[in-house]
Amino acid sequence: MRALIKPMLLPRRLFLLAVGIAIVAWAILTLDWSWLPTYVANGLLLEGLWTTTYMLVLSWAMGLFLAIWLGLAQAAGPWYVALPAKGFCSMIRGTPLLLQLWFLYYGLGSLFPQFPWIRESWAWAYLREAWPYGLLALTMSFAGYEGEVMRGALLGVPKGQLEAARAYGMPRLTILRRIWLPQAIRRVLPTLGGETVLQLKSTPLIATITVLDLYQVSLQIRQDTFIIYEPLLLLAVLYMFYTGLIVLAFRFIERQVPAKLG
Amino acid sequence: MNWLFGLFEPGHALGLLAMSPPGWGGALLTGLSHTLEIAIGSYILGTAIGVLGAFGKLYGGPIIKDLLAIYTTAIRAIPELIEILLLYYLVPDIVNRFLLSMGRPRIDLPPILVGTLVLGFVLGAYMTEVLRGAILAVPHGQVEAARAYGMTPLQIARRVTLPQMLAYALPGMANLWLNLTKDTALLAVIGFNELTETALQAGGTTKAFMLFFTAAGILYLIISALSGRLFALAERRARRGQPNIRGGGI
Repeated sequence: MRALIKPMLLPRRLFLLAVGIAIVAWAILTLDWSWLPTYVANGLLLEGLWTTTYMLVLSWAMGLFLAIWLGLAQAAGPWYVALPAKGFCSMIRGTPLLLQLWFLYYGLGSLFPQFPWIRESWAWAYLREAWPYGLLALTMSFAGYEGEVMRGALLGVPKGQLEAARAYGMPRLTILRRIWLPQAIRRVLPTLGGETVLQLKSTPLIATITVLDLYQVSLQIRQDTFIIYEPLLLLAVLYMFYTGLIVLAFRFIERQVPAKLG
Repeated sequence: MNWLFGLFEPGHALGLLAMSPPGWGGALLTGLSHTLEIAIGSYILGTAIGVLGAFGKLYGGPIIKDLLAIYTTAIRAIPELIEILLLYYLVPDIVNRFLLSMGRPRIDLPPILVGTLVLGFVLGAYMTEVLRGAILAVPHGQVEAARAYGMTPLQIARRVTLPQMLAYALPGMANLWLNLTKDTALLAVIGFNELTETALQAGGTTKAFMLFFTAAGILYLIISALSGRLFALAERRARRGQPNIRGGGI
């Protein structure tokens, strides 16, 4: 904690800090925040925050799970598995997420209603909504980017370790679980933090397909009140706070894991 | 080849992609050119900011360093979509207030200009970090040798640091370029008719969403494939003086 505070006590930093506080005070006092209590009270802001959170967490977890298989397919799979995996990763990484999202929502989503048996099935309740398409697009995007990272990490694990495990007679899945994956995950941890922040910053795109996330809430506030800057500023602050939280969490996780790689 | 072009005639399988209306092929290509214009413009602007920012972060005074740290941290922590929206309203607002205070009439800034400025400003933060790392990778002895020859800081930058750091910077710069071409799609949200927005409009009119989004996706993939090759060539040229590590004596 002292290491954090001490560099802030230099005169020029104190001055910058004062300027920062002055700007914040100016923003609080002179900008129009009269809308804020209403939208906290009617729960819209909280709902947006919740949607953004679960979209991030779910797409992160499912995307990472897919990414492990995509990485494995590229690193160790035969060509008929490796090639599609590589193609998927290049396709995801080569096109904008917004395009993928709209492709799924407008393109795929407009195909489903043509089939009566889909409309009568249990899945229709979900396929009618927008958020499954958002979640799918975010998951695929994270899987595509992380799959490439996982491939590098899996290839980075020393071959001798895998050979030793095989010599012990471990089955292939056990090798993966005990030796290969843990070391690969340790290798991706530093990049994973950055990628998670990038994923957080991609979530507002789902507002373009009418999912009520944090960003969509701010758009709604703008529509209701004709106030442009204040909702966006609040949004920026919230996302910065979120980013800080993710960075701190990953710093904590990284400290739990021994750094030495063999 | 004729049967191939025949597919794009009106009334055939890909007739919706015909070059002239009612086909949307021409509109898509116009969208592509808008995307490229914005991407190239903001890449140049962002690189200029990045060079200044990197030198400022490394050799600037303490206040400049702090301000640049705030710039790069804040820009990289906030979603691009929100930055674009915020600056999209803010930039014309500031320009017009400035003009009004000088007693001139308001002007409407063209969206392509605002888009380029905004994306360039955002890219500058990322570019600063990439270039800062690359400058640090240049062996320090070379800079000291240049200084010993009596070169001015500008000469050192032009003759030694910038050409040498290019080899280290180009992979990162290539990544940023690819991200930038994809970030131009975000301008669709503010209604700018670049490639993604054009595809949405075409799909909305014809109900053939899949076709147009696939076509737009292929165009994006072509951009990224071509520019990947170009950057690989550029990197090989930038590395031409360096010893080849692969198969070296280590």
